[in-house]
Amino acid sequence: MSGYRIHRPGERINRQKPVSFQFDNVQYKAFSGDTLASALLANGVRLIGRSFKYGRPRGIVGFGAEEPNALIQLETGAHTVPDLKATQVELYQGLLAGSTTGYPSLDFDLKGLLGKFGRFMPPGFYYKTFMEPVKAWPVYEKYIRKAAGYGHAPVLPDPESYDHLHHHIDVLVVGGGAAGLWAATLAGRAGLKTLLVDEQSEMGGWLLTERRSRIDGLSGMDWVNQRLAELASLPNVSVLPRTTAFALHDLNLVQAVELLQDHLPLTERNAALPRQRLHKIRAHQVILASGAIERPLVFGYNDVPGVMTAAAGHSYLNRYGVAVGREVLVQTQNDAAYEAALDLAQCGVKVMLADARQGGAAAWRQQALKSAGVELLLGHGIAKVLGDKSVSGAQLVKLDGRNNQVVGSGPRLSVDTVLSSGGLTSTVHLFCHNGGRPVWNQQQLSFVCPDEGRDNIACVGAITGRWELSEALGQTHAAVAALLLGHGRGSSGNAPSVASEEVAAPRAIFRLPDGKPEGHGAKAFVDYQNDVAAADIHTAIRENYRSIEHVKRYTALGFGTDQGKLSNINGFAIAAEALGKPIAEVGTTTYRPSYTPVTFGALAGPHVGETFDVRRYTAMHASHDARKAEYEVVGQWLRPWYFPKPGEDLHAAVNRECLATRNSVGVMDASTLGKIDVKGPDAREFLNRIYSNAWSKLDPGKCRYGLMLDENGMVMDDGVTACLADDHFHMTTTTGGAARVYSWLERWHQTEWPELKVRFTTTTDHWATVAVVGPNSRQVLQKLCTDIDFDKDAFKFMDGRSGTVAGLPARVFRISFSGELAYEINVDANYGRYMWEEVMKAGAAFNITPYGTETMHVLRAEKGFIIVGQDTDGSMSPNDLAMSWAVGMKKPFSFLGKRSLLRSHTAGEGRKQLVGLLPLDPKVVLAEGAQILSNTDDTVPAAMQGHVTSSYHSAFLGRSIAMAVLKDGSKREGDTVFVWAHGKSVPAQVVSSVFVDKEGVRQHA
Amino acid sequence: MLVITCPYCQEAREEEEFSYAGEAYIARPAVPEEADDATWGDYVFHRKNPRGWHWEQWQHVAGCRKVFAVKRHTVTYEIAGSWTLADGKALYLKEQA
Repeated sequence: MSGYRIHRPGERINRQKPVSFQFDNVQYKAFSGDTLASALLANGVRLIGRSFKYGRPRGIVGFGAEEPNALIQLETGAHTVPDLKATQVELYQGLLAGSTTGYPSLDFDLKGLLGKFGRFMPPGFYYKTFMEPVKAWPVYEKYIRKAAGYGHAPVLPDPESYDHLHHHIDVLVVGGGAAGLWAATLAGRAGLKTLLVDEQSEMGGWLLTERRSRIDGLSGMDWVNQRLAELASLPNVSVLPRTTAFALHDLNLVQAVELLQDHLPLTERNAALPRQRLHKIRAHQVILASGAIERPLVFGYNDVPGVMTAAAGHSYLNRYGVAVGREVLVQTQNDAAYEAALDLAQCGVKVMLADARQGGAAAWRQQALKSAGVELLLGHGIAKVLGDKSVSGAQLVKLDGRNNQVVGSGPRLSVDTVLSSGGLTSTVHLFCHNGGRPVWNQQQLSFVCPDEGRDNIACVGAITGRWELSEALGQTHAAVAALLLGHGRGSSGNAPSVASEEVAAPRAIFRLPDGKPEGHGAKAFVDYQNDVAAADIHTAIRENYRSIEHVKRYTALGFGTDQGKLSNINGFAIAAEALGKPIAEVGTTTYRPSYTPVTFGALAGPHVGETFDVRRYTAMHASHDARKAEYEVVGQWLRPWYFPKPGEDLHAAVNRECLATRNSVGVMDASTLGKIDVKGPDAREFLNRIYSNAWSKLDPGKCRYGLMLDENGMVMDDGVTACLADDHFHMTTTTGGAARVYSWLERWHQTEWPELKVRFTTTTDHWATVAVVGPNSRQVLQKLCTDIDFDKDAFKFMDGRSGTVAGLPARVFRISFSGELAYEINVDANYGRYMWEEVMKAGAAFNITPYGTETMHVLRAEKGFIIVGQDTDGSMSPNDLAMSWAVGMKKPFSFLGKRSLLRSHTAGEGRKQLVGLLPLDPKVVLAEGAQILSNTDDTVPAAMQGHVTSSYHSAFLGRSIAMAVLKDGSKREGDTVFVWAHGKSVPAQVVSSVFVDKEGVRQHA
Repeated sequence: MLVITCPYCQEAREEEEFSYAGEAYIARPAVPEEADDATWGDYVFHRKNPRGWHWEQWQHVAGCRKVFAVKRHTVTYEIAGSWTLADGKALYLKEQA
C-alpha cells in the first residue's frame, strides 16, 4: 500500500539501534538515524496534516527544509515546539509528536468539507466573504481561528538554555555538500581560518542520497569522509553540522543556529549545556555552497498524500532504507529523476516514468531504466492524481511537444505513489538577504546566483545552476582558487575529477496541462502550505495584481514556514505565463531572513530574565527583605516601594509612613541616586557650563540644587551637588538618569571643552546613602555621630560635612526632598546595611519608620518638588517649572541651553507650565495623565489645556493633591479647571504647587 | 551590527560596546547670544543625514569611554576608519575643503 523498509548499502540509519516513538498517540518503531518523516513513512503513515485553507489531507512531500506540509508539534508542556518539519526532526528514543492541524480531528476535518466547495474560495475569500456586518467579524474569527492555523506556542517558561558565540574568521562556507566540502578544503589548505556549516546532521549534501558518482575514483561518501578527515586534521578549520546559516547581513555578518541537543531524548539532555547556540559569524569571505532544492511539477490533485518530490523518494530510499511505495509513478521534465526511478526499480519497486519531453532523457539513461524493467511514457503528463487520503492512481494525458497543451488522452495508471520532478531551484536565499539579486537561467530553468558573486561573497556549485557534479566541482575549484590567489595564497592543485555524463535538456514546463481552462479541472497546488493553486494565481492576475510582490500578498504564495522553497519558481512561472511575460521579467519576490524558522530562545540566547534587563540591588537589600518591603523597579534598581505592616495595603502603609516622617522621623534608602565625582582645577567652571545655575560662589561644605538643560533649553536632569573642596564636587543625578548624565558630561568635556582640566568618576555603586527625614532626624544623627556639630546654626540646610557616623567615615548632607529637616548619610557601600541598621537602632526611640518610593513621591509632591521624567517630558523649560531662580542668566559662559531659553517660542506665551491642583472634592484623587479642559461642556475634539503629572492622597493634609502642566498655568491660580478621565469630568482649582510649608520653616528647622 | 575600531584601545570590537553619539564636527556657535534664531536652531536641530559617507561620533561606553570620530557609509555600513576627534577633524576639514 505505501512505505516499507528496504536494506540499502550505505544507508544512514543504524539498524542495531531501534527506537520507539509516538505520533498522534500511536506507538511506532524506527531506527536511530531516521528523521520523524522517514520513520513515519517506514511505518506506512501518510496522513500528517490538514491543509491551511481547505482542510485537505496532506502528507510528506519533501525530505528537508523545503517541506511544506508535514508540520508537527514536538513534545508537550514546557518542552513543546510547534510547527517543526517532520523531515528535519531527528528521531530519538521516546520522541512524542502530533499533527498540528485537523479540527475536530485529523481524520475528520471540518474545513475538509469547505474544501469540497474549494472553487468558491478564491484568493481573498475571507476578506470578500466575511466583510459584513463588521460586528459579526469577532464571531467569524472565533471559528476561523479554531479551524485555521498550525501548532500551538508553548505557554510555560522554556526550561532549556541557549547561548551566543561570536566568530571572526577568514572564510565561512555555507553548505557541506560536495562543493562546500571542496571549498573548505581549499581554504583550509591555504591556512585560512575557515568555518564550514551545514544544516543537516551529516555532511555530504546530495551525496548522502546519490550513490553512483565517483570522485577521484572514490564513491561519493568515501570522498566525503576523506574530506572530513582532512578538515579535522587542519587546526584552522572548524566544521559544524546541524547548523543552519539563516541570515546574511551587511558586511558579511552571518547568523547561524546550531542544534546542540534537539536530537537527544529529553531525559538525556545535559542541563548544563545549551539546547541551541546562535553563531554570529563575521567572515572576510563568505562562500555560499547552499546547493539546490528539487521542486515538484504542478498538476491536478498533486497534494494527495503519497505525492512527493522525486528527490524525496530517492533520499528516503538511499539514506533511510525506506521505499515510499510499491507501485510508483515518476513524473519528470528532466534527466535527474531517472536516477530515483532506477534506484527504486532496482529495489524491486514497480516503477513507471512519465516524461513531459517527447524525446525523454539521454539515451543511456532510458536504456538503464528499460533494463531495470521501468515502463517509460514519453511525452506524457499527469492530468490528475486519484485518491483521497492516499494516492490510488493517476490519469495521464499526451502532451504537445512544443506548446504546453494536451493533444490526447493517456493511460489511467494504478499506482500508490507519485514522485514528481520539475527541476532544481538554486538555494539563493542568503545571497539575496542583503540586496543581492538572482538571475534567471533559461537553460537550467532556475533563478541562480551569478558566477561572480558579489562583495566578498562567492557562489559555488548548484547555487550557480550547475546541477552536474563534474561541473559543480570544476566551478567550485576555479572560483575558490581565484579567490585564494587574490589573497596571495598560491596554487590550489587540481579540481577533483568526476566523469561527465551526457544530459538531455529539461523541458520548460511547470504546470502540466490537463486540457481544461485553468480553474475548471482538478485543483493543482503551487504552494501547499498556503493552499495556493495555479488557478488562484490566474485569478490574482485577472484582478489586476501585476507585480509578483502583490500576487504573493494577495494569494499568500511563498509565505509560511517553508517560505516557498518548493513553490516560488512554479508560482513565478505561472504568473509569467498569465501575464504573457518571460519569467526573468517577472522576477522574484524578496528573500528575507530567516531561511528557516529560528527559535526565540536561540535569538535571545543568554539575554533572558535578569541578564536581559540587569537587576540592581542596594547594599541594604537584605534589610529591606527582612522588613518585608514591597519593591518597584526604578532604572534597573529594585527599590523598596513601601513597607506594609500586617494587614496594610499600599495606601494604608503610605499614609502611615508619611505621617510618621512628618511628625517624627522616617528613613529611606537613597543609594540608587546617581553619583558622579567631579574633580579638577576646572571642575567649578565645568559645572557652570553644564548646569543652568551658578556655581562660582559655592563654598566647600555647601550643597546646591542644580538643573541640567539640554541645548534646546529643556530640563533633562536635576540633583544636588556638594562642594567638597574648591576643585572637588559630589554630584547627584536622578536614579534613572545616572548613566545618561555621566555620558553627557564626558561628551561635552571631550568634544567641546577638552581644555578644561576635570575628571568624572561614577560613584553610584560606591556610596550607600541613608536619608534620615523628619523633625527628629537631628536627634537620631546626634546619637550616631559625635564629631559633627549638628546645631541648627552650625550645620545649616544645604550644608555638607565629613565625619564619623556609627564609627564609619561618612559624608553627611543636610538636604531635603521632603521639605522636612533631613540628612543624607553617605558611607562606603560595603557598610550600607550596617549603617541602615545602626540608624534604625538609634531611631527606635522615635519610632523611626522606613519608607519607600511611594511615600517619597507623596512627600515631595506636598512640597511641589518635581521628578524629572514624571512632571517633565523633555518640553519643559525652567521657566515652565517656575524655576527661573535656578537659572543664572548672568553667568559669563553661555551654559548649555541658555540661548534656547531666549528663542521666541521658548520665551513666548501659551506654554504649558507647572501648577498645583486641588480637586474640589478632597476625597477624589485625580488620574495621572488625565487631560485638563476649561469647561465641562467641551465637545470632542476639546481644546486640551494640559495634563495631570502627579496625583496623590496626602495624609498630612487630609485631602487629595495633584501637580499638573497647564497652558499659561503661572497666570491661572484660582481658576477652576476640569480634569477628564474615564468618561468623567472632575472640577479642580488651580493653586501653587507647594502644598505644605510654603515658607520652608520645616526644612530650615 | 558594526565592528568598530576604537582609536584609543586600538582594537576592533562589536558595536555592543559602543554608543552612538551623533554627527561629528558640529561647531557650537562661539557666542551663542550673537547667533540669530535661525542659526541657533540650525545648530540645535538640523543634521546632515546624507546618503553616503557620514562623519559621526561614537563613544566606547563599555571600554575606555572616549568619544571618537568614525567615517561610515550610510548605505553600505562600511566604515572607512576611526580617529581621535582631533585627527579626524583634520581629515574632515580637508574633505570639506
